[in-house]
Amino acid sequence: MPEIRNYTVNFGPQHPAAHGVLRLVLEMDGEVVQRADPHIGLLHRATEKLAESRTYLQSLPYMDRLDYISMMCSEHAYVMAIEKLAGIEVPIRAQYIRVMFDEITRILNHLFGVATLGLDLGAMTVFLYGFREREDLLDCYEAVSGARMHAAYYRPGGVYRDLPERMPQYEAQYSRNARALAEMNANRQGSLLDFIEDFTRRFPKCVDDYETLLTDNRIWKQRTVGIGVVSPERALARGFTGPMLRGSGVAWDLRKKQPYEVYDKLDFDVAVGANGDTYDRYLVRVAEMRQSNRIIKQCVDWLRANPGPVIVDNHKVAPPSREQMKSNMEELIHHFKLFTEGMHVPEGEAYAGVEGPKGEFGVYFISDGANKPYRMKLRSPAFTHLSAMDEMARGHMLADAVAIISTLDIVFGEIDR
Amino acid sequence: MTPRLRKLFDSLQQAGLAPVERLGELTIEVTPAAYLATCLKLRDGADLRFEQAIDLCGVDYSTYGGQRVPAGGRFAVVLHLLSVSHNWRLRVRCVIADAEVPVLPSLVEVWPNLNWFEREAFDLFGIVFEGHPDLRRILTDYGFTGHPFRKDFPISGHVEMRYDPEQRRVVYQPVTIEPREITPRVVREPGYGED
Repeated sequence: MPEIRNYTVNFGPQHPAAHGVLRLVLEMDGEVVQRADPHIGLLHRATEKLAESRTYLQSLPYMDRLDYISMMCSEHAYVMAIEKLAGIEVPIRAQYIRVMFDEITRILNHLFGVATLGLDLGAMTVFLYGFREREDLLDCYEAVSGARMHAAYYRPGGVYRDLPERMPQYEAQYSRNARALAEMNANRQGSLLDFIEDFTRRFPKCVDDYETLLTDNRIWKQRTVGIGVVSPERALARGFTGPMLRGSGVAWDLRKKQPYEVYDKLDFDVAVGANGDTYDRYLVRVAEMRQSNRIIKQCVDWLRANPGPVIVDNHKVAPPSREQMKSNMEELIHHFKLFTEGMHVPEGEAYAGVEGPKGEFGVYFISDGANKPYRMKLRSPAFTHLSAMDEMARGHMLADAVAIISTLDIVFGEIDR
Repeated sequence: MTPRLRKLFDSLQQAGLAPVERLGELTIEVTPAAYLATCLKLRDGADLRFEQAIDLCGVDYSTYGGQRVPAGGRFAVVLHLLSVSHNWRLRVRCVIADAEVPVLPSLVEVWPNLNWFEREAFDLFGIVFEGHPDLRRILTDYGFTGHPFRKDFPISGHVEMRYDPEQRRVVYQPVTIEPREITPRVVREPGYGED
């Protein structure tokens, strides 16, 4: 009888189902995974080291480039940590804007997560549908910050500017006739808030569409039910947070348990799974999209009724307005100092975590009182989740390893930092 | 201090640890000798119950410019813990005396997800975790030398990589870019800018 040996498969780093640059060394027995060894770091840019040589404001745009699927949530943890250290009170309107964009980001992320899980398992339609709605939300990003993805919109002390009064519209093009153009711009006639409100009205129907395609689909269930099961005890021990922990049945959500900004004033539910498998995590993400939609609706209503400042008036932290800066000597000096030397953050250390779409995203600062952080540590949820890959994939088929990578909802920008 | 934080404060004091409160966060300092035992106590103690290790990171205090330098050594390991059942957080700092070969016991047996965090601290700071099952580099390249997050490691690194058309392969060579600092690092004296 010939000797049967395990063999080793290199999965990635250039593999469409690896969600980025993951090199996965799989030890296989036939088609069954015996050991999975993820090799990460192919996208390591040493963001934390770079931040040590840049002022607090200069490193803020790096946060967008960590988790490039949920950009503003990383920014949020970053500015929250600075505000905690410096003792800055953020205006209430800025808090609502931040919460609204956090939830927009959550929908963006979960649309991407569910859509690509579908794509990896061969359900192409939901991928196309999901990206259709993502486009509208990215337009909200663009309307408010000028950039579709790397917004740099949150600033220490508030947000960069107030919501625009006019939603940008599509322009005439040779491939569009007047009627098509009018149709495309139909929901863009008013302000950004009108556009978002219109989105919250039609989005539940879109989620229903995805669910029709997937939730009761027999092939979908065969590929996801019982795949990558994690018990609640193991999920806690492995440091899972976010939908990965809730999918295992632990009702832990920082928005409820340790509320930050205005989450304690908003009405929403926390979705919890039961079996801790890929299917339950999918259901949790779908339910979270519906809850985020509810939160956005409440924020829109509040923001319509309550105008006010969106960034603090302290010019040691936030720049003065352009008019003031150009007509007032004192403001000119403030502006110059802020953008050359940067803000000084008092000596001390602080950790701030937000409930990002993937889990707890945290920023830990050690400041020695300089204009730059002494040490910055980014706690990324996907780093912890991917480290459980070996445990989750063991004993599964090679095709299920793809489903497990996808259900971890990993993005290499934040794993490798 | 909120009532919940006060409760944790008291529980920590009862356990013989000396917590310090700042900005609504509690920090305890432990010695390398007591590190492993303390962490076990923090996880299993009924009124502590830190089921989750959120984060572990290395710190190099060699160029720290502030007043409050932790006494005792150059390197430190900072742990962030979370208790899901009690809903509280804690920071644990352990300063390592030996600056040449910093060694700490590994916590993989206590919180299994720290495996990769300890590999990262080893990779970036050169802190050795005794008893770690698989202490390989994790973030830097295969065959990388040095520990890039130490303060004496230049931000532009020591070597750069390029394709050599003559040898027809990728070669490493010393870096050719000049190190530069765009915004100088400034620590102001206390009371600066206040009228």
